[in-house]
Amino acid sequence: MTTPVQTPATGAAHAASVAAISVRSAGKVFQVAKGAEVRALDDVSLTVAPGEFVSLIGPSGCGKSTLLRLIADLDEATSGEILVFGKTARQARIDQEYGIAFQSAGLLPWRSVQANIELPLELHGVGKTERSARAEELIELVGLTDFRSRFPDQLSGGMQQRVAIARSLAERPKLLLMDEPFGALDEMTRERMQQELVRICSETGAAVVFVTHSIPEAVFLSDRVVVMSPRPGRIVGIVDIDLGPGTQRSEGLRENSAFFEGVTAVREALHGSPAAPMGVELR
Amino acid sequence: MTRPGVRFSAVLWGLAGLVLLAVLWEGYKAVGPVTGVQFFGQSILPKTDDRSMPHLVDMVTRALQPVNSAVGSPPVWVSVIGAALNSLGVAAVGWVAGSVVGFLLALLMQRLRVAERAVLPWLILSQTVPLIALAPVIVAWGGKIQIGAFSWDRWMSVAVIASYLAFFPVAVGALRGLQSPDAIHLELMRTYNAGWFKTLLRLRLPASVPYLIPALRLGAASAIVGTVVAEVSTGYKGGIGRMIIEFAQSGTSDPAKAYAPIAGAVILGLVSAGLVALVGLALKRFNRQEAAS
Repeated sequence: MTTPVQTPATGAAHAASVAAISVRSAGKVFQVAKGAEVRALDDVSLTVAPGEFVSLIGPSGCGKSTLLRLIADLDEATSGEILVFGKTARQARIDQEYGIAFQSAGLLPWRSVQANIELPLELHGVGKTERSARAEELIELVGLTDFRSRFPDQLSGGMQQRVAIARSLAERPKLLLMDEPFGALDEMTRERMQQELVRICSETGAAVVFVTHSIPEAVFLSDRVVVMSPRPGRIVGIVDIDLGPGTQRSEGLRENSAFFEGVTAVREALHGSPAAPMGVELR
Repeated sequence: MTRPGVRFSAVLWGLAGLVLLAVLWEGYKAVGPVTGVQFFGQSILPKTDDRSMPHLVDMVTRALQPVNSAVGSPPVWVSVIGAALNSLGVAAVGWVAGSVVGFLLALLMQRLRVAERAVLPWLILSQTVPLIALAPVIVAWGGKIQIGAFSWDRWMSVAVIASYLAFFPVAVGALRGLQSPDAIHLELMRTYNAGWFKTLLRLRLPASVPYLIPALRLGAASAIVGTVVAEVSTGYKGGIGRMIIEFAQSGTSDPAKAYAPIAGAVILGLVSAGLVALVGLALKRFNRQEAAS
């Protein structure tokens, strides 16, 4: 078994503050029919610093979504410990420490864009004027000013996903959990959304755990890319990406050699051996 | 949401159906044998004489004439409307009561899995009990109820029977609706730490509307049928069901008269469906479907 490699640099830099996420030897076993078991996650350890953007990447069944769901307290770990800002995952959910976005936008079809963004605030008893002021800010942040009173069925997939991201930011969480939020979008929309996400995250200063199966997406967005492998799901390597702060990441970066180096490093970690590419073979 | 053209052609097709029915009636009356069609001694098509199958024109004319020869007797159509409104009131009480009970049962079944397993089979079983068997029991029980100034009236028995038919589609439809939200929406509510009641209010109730409206419409139709049948079997006077029986009994001497209250009952059903459609219109916002992203 490969021991997960931690980056001491990141850990030391934020030694003073509590880690956004601290996962210690977490495991998850699903009971399937007739007493059979599936080990979805096995002995996973990971620390995410405040404000850090971490991607989880790996083939299907590697447990990346499961890990995210454990952090979100949508599933419970069968072993190990998961702390979010020093609290148990359950307490962190109750205290609304994170915002979340899924692969499908999951907007309520009978609510307008604005009402969808206001939903978490409404549920937690925020007053009407404060709610609409916050929704206004977020609508502007995700660039949907002209669509605030539209309904989800009148929006494109990309717009729906923007609303979902705005909704996840509504309560100014210090942690964002995102499960392949751009998975269903076309490539052009996807790249634009990545650009916007990177900007939004550096503006809000939130830590992000981002599940994806796209290597360029992970490299473009992240400070660190966590590479996972299946059966049982575990971390096989962590790649540091040094592309500068999010505010400076733009389209041009996609043709930068540092970006390609990151892509190659992640790919090698995924495949377990140094690939010998002929020229550039980016997907 | 429907375009006016679609609505217009729907009306047109509805009218075409009516015309077809009239043509079949008069056509068979014109060409069919007076003694009806018999097959090995079994009558398989009715007699075509004026007593068995009056002309449509006679039915309409009769509806415009007074009910009987007594002085000051109102025209048939006026008393049919009066009886229909009477039945509509009773059916509405039954429909509201049945819908409330059905909805509460659905809530219970949604909240507790155990309740769903325990109650649902009984609900289905309840609908197999014949109304005719139920009516005397309810009348007898109702007769024993007397609390202070309140005493059980016969119309209440009719309403109870109507509600007995109406609650079933509402319970089943509401349960399906309350269980309809996607896993992603339920998980989202969980991440917001929203409890059962908040989830009900913000998610399950709005999501149930597209299932609830057809269920309420079905419940209204059932309530009308229940009222008409219960009026006959409880002996409640003044409603359309009773009038159908009374007019049919004078059938030999005045065959055309019996058709007016039947038409009245049909219109009653349509009106009740229309009233529920108004409820649906008020809740139109919740009928939006989620767009594929």
